Amino acid sequence: MSRKEKREKTSAELAPALGARETLRWTWRQLTSMRTALFLLMLLAITAVPGSIVPQRGVDARRVETYLLDHPDLGPWLDRLGFFSVYTSPWFSAVYLLLMISLVGCIIPRCLVYARALKARPPRAPRNFSRLPASAVFEVDAEPEAVLEAGRKALGRSRTDVDTDLLEVRSEKGYLRELGNLIFHVSIVVVLVSVAIGALYSYRGAAVVVQGDSFANTLTQYDEFSSGALFDTDKLPYFSLDLKKMQAQFLETGAQRGSPKLFRATVDYQTSQDGASKPYRIEVNHPLIVDGTGVFLVGQGYAPVLKVTDAQGKVVFDDAVPFLPSDPSYTSSGVLKVPDAQPDQLGFQGFFLPTALVQGDKVPSTSIFPAAQFPLLGLFAYRGDLGLDEGIPQSVYVLDKKNLKQFTKNGKALRISLQPGQRAKLPDGSTIEFRDLLLFARFQVADTPLVKVPLVGTSLGVLGLLLSLFIQPRRTWIRARREGSRTVVEVAALDRAPRDDLPDDLDHLVERIRHQLGEPKETT
Amino acid sequence: MSLEQYAQLSNYAIAAGTVVVALAFLAHLAEWGFALRSEPAKELVAADGSVPVEGATTGSAGVVDDEDPDRSTVFSSVGVSVAWLATLVLLVGVVTRGLAAQRVPWGNMYEFACTGTLIALAVYLVLVRVWDIEWLGVVVTGFSLVLLGIGFSVYVPAGPLVPALHSYWLVIHVAAVMTAGALFLLSAGASALYLVVDRAERRGTVGKVLGRLPTSANMDRLAFRLVAVGFPLWTFGALIAGPIWAYYAWARFWGWDPKEVWALITWIAYAVYLHARVTAGWKGRRAAVIGLIGFATFLFSFYGVNLIFGGSMHTYAK
Ligand code: HEM
Repeated sequence: MSRKEKREKTSAELAPALGARETLRWTWRQLTSMRTALFLLMLLAITAVPGSIVPQRGVDARRVETYLLDHPDLGPWLDRLGFFSVYTSPWFSAVYLLLMISLVGCIIPRCLVYARALKARPPRAPRNFSRLPASAVFEVDAEPEAVLEAGRKALGRSRTDVDTDLLEVRSEKGYLRELGNLIFHVSIVVVLVSVAIGALYSYRGAAVVVQGDSFANTLTQYDEFSSGALFDTDKLPYFSLDLKKMQAQFLETGAQRGSPKLFRATVDYQTSQDGASKPYRIEVNHPLIVDGTGVFLVGQGYAPVLKVTDAQGKVVFDDAVPFLPSDPSYTSSGVLKVPDAQPDQLGFQGFFLPTALVQGDKVPSTSIFPAAQFPLLGLFAYRGDLGLDEGIPQSVYVLDKKNLKQFTKNGKALRISLQPGQRAKLPDGSTIEFRDLLLFARFQVADTPLVKVPLVGTSLGVLGLLLSLFIQPRRTWIRARREGSRTVVEVAALDRAPRDDLPDDLDHLVERIRHQLGEPKETT
Repeated sequence: MSLEQYAQLSNYAIAAGTVVVALAFLAHLAEWGFALRSEPAKELVAADGSVPVEGATTGSAGVVDDEDPDRSTVFSSVGVSVAWLATLVLLVGVVTRGLAAQRVPWGNMYEFACTGTLIALAVYLVLVRVWDIEWLGVVVTGFSLVLLGIGFSVYVPAGPLVPALHSYWLVIHVAAVMTAGALFLLSAGASALYLVVDRAERRGTVGKVLGRLPTSANMDRLAFRLVAVGFPLWTFGALIAGPIWAYYAWARFWGWDPKEVWALITWIAYAVYLHARVTAGWKGRRAAVIGLIGFATFLFSFYGVNLIFGGSMHTYAK
């Protein structure tokens, strides 16, 4: 292979001026050469590195925003160069595409060569055996034809031709090596292509469901939703589930106190509007799979049930409000919007601590244990216009304070602290009551079609790889000629990938031939 | 025995195992030291690296002091025997750790270090019988010490797993990846020594010490064989079992998490290595350098990612 490459290069260098077609061909040959593939592979590894150092939008958009705030000079430049979405950036895609082209350009000709090699017979013996890496000469009594027949048997399962005119046996084995190599490389292409196609038809979304509530698989029920370019959001498969019970248990004692022990969402689910509902326990590592769509438990937290009565004594809110945890001890933050309150709309923003640590008169602000052992809700209250009527979609977790006025007490921001069962009165006469504490589950719903293809592809690729690494191609020749009353037998072998056990193997072959002929073991 | 007693026993066994590994390391150091002491034999080696006839009969042993017939060889086999002992003691430590925590003993960085060391030593001791690779002993035991040292720095008492780790894919994924890592370690050792010996061979300065080692061609072949076994295992562990597990735990097969990115980088590095081996002009030294880079990326994906990138989803395995 190397010699051929060298020859091609010199002729390219000698060519005075390359025409357009030659230039194209030259470029193609360069692109599909092994050296270029090596270079592109290394380049791919190097270009993948920044994505592991700088936060990525596709992985954690919030960390990207934090990074931009922390690095006001560097950040915007990195953003312009695509460092926050490395794996979809033009430069990463370029390397990836070139590698694909190089790979395909490499595989196709090799497949053709392989197809021809499959039909070809083992080549004729070289004249001079002593030049080959391993050879042997011995004499026997048997006729040359008998020797050749014995040789054919001794060679076992190799592809073997016996030439009775030239009195030689030609044999070749190890075709599976190249086949394995081709399977491996083809499987890389299959994996890359199927992952890309699968992404076009995939969807994923996240939804928060409070204990006792239900969820149906329609667009409006999702907090977050994204889908591939070719996915039709009207075709979401039907299913719905009721969250009967949510459990979150933590280690109470020991060195790992506070570590999670069990998260379990017990649900009843239906796969058709009027079908019967079936129970299921969704746990981490144990999703519910409906029609290819997986429902995964990816998070949980607390949802205090709050009841708000406005200044006119009307109950304007009575529901569970999920507070999103921000640390392993479930220090959580959340927002409550009460648009129906009169005369002004009301808004609350604050935190929830499952186990608040109270030290003196200091207001606790972090939780020290994730389970609800000493739950405490801390809220700031606002009144005015929540800005919900402007038609701009708003996150339920963010309070738009533009047209809101904060309640105060003695000139300082009014701070409400509630434990379950407690109630607080606001200066305008409205009240807020912490009625109950529930858990919520955060489900990730995702369907990626074709997922089996990359998995099967990679597995086949590994099998191909094993063949290409461990099968040893070898050519063997046996020649016999009559000299007087004896037959001189010459044996030689050549490995495509040089190995050190070749001489031993050849000795064994000689032994097997002699054994076939009923000759005694050779004494050396 | 109670869980606490198992945990205690595990801690004692790991500590004792570490001491025995250190002894094996010292024995291997002594092996090299004694080889160095009989260095005067170096003059017997001709400039072209060939050994004069009298010394050649005993192969690498050459001419030695009569009173200590190659202490170096003695220490080499002492090293291997002590490494066996260390492996058994560590095995006790790892098994009792598993009993104490009532799960497979690879759920956090401390346990990765202990089990990883155990696997590396075991793979080495098995291969010593197949391929005569005692000369890698100093690399393996030295590295094991470093690994155990890192392990102690991130010690956590035995306890149950966080829910995300509750999966039999954990068992498969981590076992495959750690065994591949052990093979990569041995390969890296062979590649590093290859570079040293290859240089000496070309300069004709193969002395008593390096003379104990196999030829550079042999080391090169060994480094390749180890990667040839390790690479498919890594592909399976990191790129098949890993994504399947990630799917059940996090609802996606592949999410460009730093740990996943670095597993892929390691995979690419070793793919480049395998290619380099079959490409003329990249054989030998360049391939060896790529092999070492591959091992560096492996170490990084194993430890670096957990220690440096706080944002990785895999950091609960601290
Ligand atoms: C993406 C990653 C790739 C991986 C992991 C990979 C892996 C491998 C492996 C393991 C071998 C077997 C080595 C042996 O025969 O002992 C091999 C051989 C080969 N690869 Fe790749 N390959 C990749 C991409 C490519 C590309 C893009 C090309 C084309 C330009 C290519 C061209 C070749 C060739 C020509 C051989 C055979 C060399 C020979 O047997 O003489 N590979 N590859």
